[in-house]
Amino acid sequence: MADPIVSVRNVSRRYPGGVTAVDNVSVDIMPNEFFALLGPSGCGKTTLLRMISGLDTPSEGHIFIGGEDMALTPPNKRPTNMVFQSYAVFPHMTVAQNVAYGLKVTGVPADEIKRRVGEGLEQVKLSHLADRKPDQMSGGQRQRVALARALVKRPKVLLLDEPLSALDAKLRDDMRLELTRLQQEVGITFIIVTHDQDEALSMATRIAVMEKGAIRQLATPEELYEHPTSRFVADFIGKVNLFEADVVSQKGKALVCNAKGLGKMNLSSDRECGKQVTIAVRPEKLKLSKTSPKVDGLIKAEARVRDVAYYGDWSEVVVELANGQTVSVNVQNEKRDVNASVTRGEKTYVSWSPTDSLVLTE
Amino acid sequence: MEDWKRNGRAFWTLGSPATFWLVVFFLAPLAYLLVLSFSSKAVIDGQVSVNDYAYLTGIDNYVRTLNPDIISIFLRTLWWSALATIACLLVGYPIAFAICFMPERWRPLALLLIVLPFWINLLIRTYALKTVLGARGLVGGSLNAILEPFGMQADIIGTTPAVIFGLVYVFLPFMILPLYSTIERLDKSYLEASLDLGASQFQTFYKVTLPLTMPGIVTGLILVFIPCLGMFLISDELGGTTSWMIGNVIQSQFGSSNDWPFGSALSFVLMLLTIIVLFIQWYVQNHSKGVGAQ
Repeated sequence: MADPIVSVRNVSRRYPGGVTAVDNVSVDIMPNEFFALLGPSGCGKTTLLRMISGLDTPSEGHIFIGGEDMALTPPNKRPTNMVFQSYAVFPHMTVAQNVAYGLKVTGVPADEIKRRVGEGLEQVKLSHLADRKPDQMSGGQRQRVALARALVKRPKVLLLDEPLSALDAKLRDDMRLELTRLQQEVGITFIIVTHDQDEALSMATRIAVMEKGAIRQLATPEELYEHPTSRFVADFIGKVNLFEADVVSQKGKALVCNAKGLGKMNLSSDRECGKQVTIAVRPEKLKLSKTSPKVDGLIKAEARVRDVAYYGDWSEVVVELANGQTVSVNVQNEKRDVNASVTRGEKTYVSWSPTDSLVLTE
Repeated sequence: MEDWKRNGRAFWTLGSPATFWLVVFFLAPLAYLLVLSFSSKAVIDGQVSVNDYAYLTGIDNYVRTLNPDIISIFLRTLWWSALATIACLLVGYPIAFAICFMPERWRPLALLLIVLPFWINLLIRTYALKTVLGARGLVGGSLNAILEPFGMQADIIGTTPAVIFGLVYVFLPFMILPLYSTIERLDKSYLEASLDLGASQFQTFYKVTLPLTMPGIVTGLILVFIPCLGMFLISDELGGTTSWMIGNVIQSQFGSSNDWPFGSALSFVLMLLTIIVLFIQWYVQNHSKGVGAQ
């Protein structure tokens, strides 16, 4: 395996007044990765990003970029560049001047600046707006300027702080594809900070989910979604139904639990589970049927339809179990037969395969 | 607000005290001065009257302002005001910057300290400054204590630096406050972006901070320069008889010299200068390449 491009070793950031924004975080980010720091606001993800850029300083620990300790390297000497959440496109300069800024201040020859600015603007499709002022541009365009301005510096690592949060939905989808394309085109490491799980899942090769200053799980998007290791991650990434359950017995991997509202069930777990577990299952793994399914080994329960949200290609159906717990079920609207859909108050059976459920211990 | 436009009576009711005030206490005296500046003292029975005027007799008073002595005082006033204004900028900018980067809870106190001198009468402050700078004062006395062994003596009062220092002392808050409000509104991520892009602290200041705070700088320069032009108290108290500013000349025309027509003419020349300065500011702000256009 290649050496990591960014290596964060036991980094903490404490603020005066006792707030710990980042708490003993270690993470290795590989060359050419599209790496996402994902978490709710205040989880320390932006602070971590700013410490990598040098705009913030760790209270403890070390950050290595390309194998070099960055402890004494100020932001203007680091091989990283940042796309700010507010874009921070200089309002007193034209687009071309903005993009040229980082090259000019480091003494790149004028003809090379001209060439690289041209290429940079080409890359983000802004060549036709080179002489515009930022205040005559849309948010999306300004973001492209910020991107080009950072990319022409040819950093080893591009840092993006909530790059899509200020864009409207349509533009966000375009920009998401654009960022993935750019990353493959320029072949440098992207580290993106986001609170939006869809953004992280759709763009990143690996995601670090953060909570309260620590990384809760670091994995690929698929692994995070299908194999979350904690309730927090299961709940934060996508929708999930959680059931509290008592452990009846565990022999090796074979686990027998008694879940509230569902009864006894046979599951499997790699870990020692203790007395209490949480059983998690994604809404799209569940099936609804008008009669009790006759297949053996399914986990099933009688329920009543409480709410139906129709989205065209699919519907989210919320059903209520006998004990009052609500369960979300995603139903694909595969047939045009309107009568086949469920209606509010209707009696129904919810079922799923034990292999689709996940046993969480924390 | 909408109603005011439609309801004329309400508009005039609310607007008339201010209009009355402006007309009676500003426009009318100004018009009288304008008339006076084209007038001369009446000659009655071959004697020049003390307080009777022959109105609108010509432009004699304006011709008199072209006297080389007067012109040199005008030039000196412009020069000293410019020096004081630049000094205010050089001193005020770091102070305004420091206040903006203070912890938030200290900022109101710092601003209070900046504004505090306004609570004390200018005359009293000037006398206090005179005492401090004087030969036995804190600054003047200390300086003399140092210089004495070398057989030298410093007399700060009555010198040009004393006047400039006095002007800076009085007008510094007018520089700091607009600078503070501009720097405070400046999005700090511009500075971070500049550093992140490889610029040094100095380059960041010169290429980003300075152009983006230009509106505050221009406002500060105007707010200091224009009142400096009309100042007479400081030059009177801290300067010598050879360091008159145009304000002193005007004051004496309405005082000891008792030549109101000439004083009026000088006042209008000074007003013209002020308008020219404001015009230059307007022109620069509208024709510079967007710098300061926020």
